[in-house]
Amino acid sequence: MKKMTFSKIYTSIIFLFLYIPIGVLIVNSFNASKSRTVWTGFTLDWYSKLFHNETIMTSLLNTLVVALIASVVATILGTAAAIGIYNMNSVARKFIMNITLIPNVNPEIVTGVSLMLLFVFLKMEFGFTTLILSHITFCVPYVILNVMPKLRQMNRNLCEAAMDLGCNQLQVFRKVIVPEIMPGILSGFLMSLTYSIDDFVISYFTYGASSQTLSITIFSMTRRKVSPEVNALSAIIFVVVLAILLIMNIVDIKKHEKEARR
Amino acid sequence: MNKQVKWAATPYLAWMAIFIIVPLALIAVFAFTTTVTVDADGTILSDEDILAIEEEFADEDGNLPEGILFEKTIFTWANILEVSNYMSTLLNSIWLALIATVICLILAYPVAYYISRLDFSRQKMMLMLVMLPMWMNFLLRTYAWMTLLEKNGLINQFLGLFGIGPLQMINTPGAVVLGMVYNYLPFMIMPLYSVMTKIDDRTIEAAQDLGAGAIRVVTKVVLPLSMPGIASGITMVFVPAVSTFIISRMLGGGTNMLIGDLIDLQFLGNAYNPNLGAAMSIVLMVFILLCMSITNSLDDEDTEGVLM
Repeated sequence: MKKMTFSKIYTSIIFLFLYIPIGVLIVNSFNASKSRTVWTGFTLDWYSKLFHNETIMTSLLNTLVVALIASVVATILGTAAAIGIYNMNSVARKFIMNITLIPNVNPEIVTGVSLMLLFVFLKMEFGFTTLILSHITFCVPYVILNVMPKLRQMNRNLCEAAMDLGCNQLQVFRKVIVPEIMPGILSGFLMSLTYSIDDFVISYFTYGASSQTLSITIFSMTRRKVSPEVNALSAIIFVVVLAILLIMNIVDIKKHEKEARR
Repeated sequence: MNKQVKWAATPYLAWMAIFIIVPLALIAVFAFTTTVTVDADGTILSDEDILAIEEEFADEDGNLPEGILFEKTIFTWANILEVSNYMSTLLNSIWLALIATVICLILAYPVAYYISRLDFSRQKMMLMLVMLPMWMNFLLRTYAWMTLLEKNGLINQFLGLFGIGPLQMINTPGAVVLGMVYNYLPFMIMPLYSVMTKIDDRTIEAAQDLGAGAIRVVTKVVLPLSMPGIASGITMVFVPAVSTFIISRMLGGGTNMLIGDLIDLQFLGNAYNPNLGAAMSIVLMVFILLCMSITNSLDDEDTEGVLM
């Protein structure tokens, strides 16, 4: 029993380590002083200023637009790819999967630099197009990796059964395959969304002046002085993410309990 | 499923060729070529030759008539060889990333084990707490540490209460390692947890029944069974840590350059030289592939688990 309290204390210390910096950001978002280290009083000014800060708001919108477009395209492209690759012979499948993994295995900076060279080579202007193309490129592997296991779990006879019952190719795809692999498609989409929103390094090498994302804006701020509005923004992001994760978890636990009762 | 279905992958294969293979080929092309000045016969000219020709043929404005000097791209090992001038930076990156990886492993191992022994709903909640910081913007998290580590930052203010300091914490290699540990610790906890949660309690009990003490249970049962998690955890921390340029810039203050900073400088910085930058990228890539083949030999499981 003593051991358990020791590991509890140890785990709490690790969690403190993970959360103290975030706590500092949140506390500072209510700090009336512009200084990051002196507390002069409580204020909500930074929050109202945040919503009037055009640079931050535009880059927030850019981030969301890029993430949404990139994830939708990556999900469609990746799901089709996974179905196709799954039906190839094992040599072709292994070969393609190895190449697919390159952007995830390579250091991000190398992926970013290589895409930058590509866009320079193609004489493309850096902006939304280059940014979205790069985001799709690093999102597709996540979709494929999430859909593939679901395809493997699927009973191969299901498709034949559907065909025997008179379904054509398209119907088999729509009514049998898609519902079976839906959880994989969804988690692939969500992972793409998260990675795209969070990405800095690859965006840094492929963005244009018109397509600043939130990460890029924060980066250019840290070189000068970070305005406390960014603290307010991180507090909001924290609360939103916390809420999403809590809901997801509660649903998950409820589902698990139901299954256990059966 | 019908065999024709494999054509569904065609759009992606085209995508893969353009956005994965061509860019890597471009890096290789840049790394192994250089632009030289040649004369009409194709002989490569040295800087002195060019000066001599300019003196001889240039008009009053210093402009050369056409058809005397040409630019030509040639194959060369020079860029790769030049990377060796920056060996100390590369070794420094490897060294700091290695320290950060080891610290992450030591810190994460007990936490992952503790979480894996909780009941289902608690496990889920703890995992959520581990993941949550990762959802915050990476730059914001690192920026928060700037606030803490500054000369008159919170930690120094706190130490000041006891009459200690102020200590120089920011802009040191230690701060860079701290930033790496902080940012990548969840990447170590997650894979460790996912293999440990599969270790059956009964396996541990069996070892205890057979007379194994706490230390032997860990070294003979838990550690070998968690090897695949250790391998993927090491990869997931080491690869981003060794190639980072943000953590070193924000917490290392420009004096603690890493290989990532150098690559950035060659492409977007004032040292503009994409050929050298590409050569550095290739060296980094080859080094990481070598490391990964070593850690992969620790576990033969499917790579799909590694990324989750």
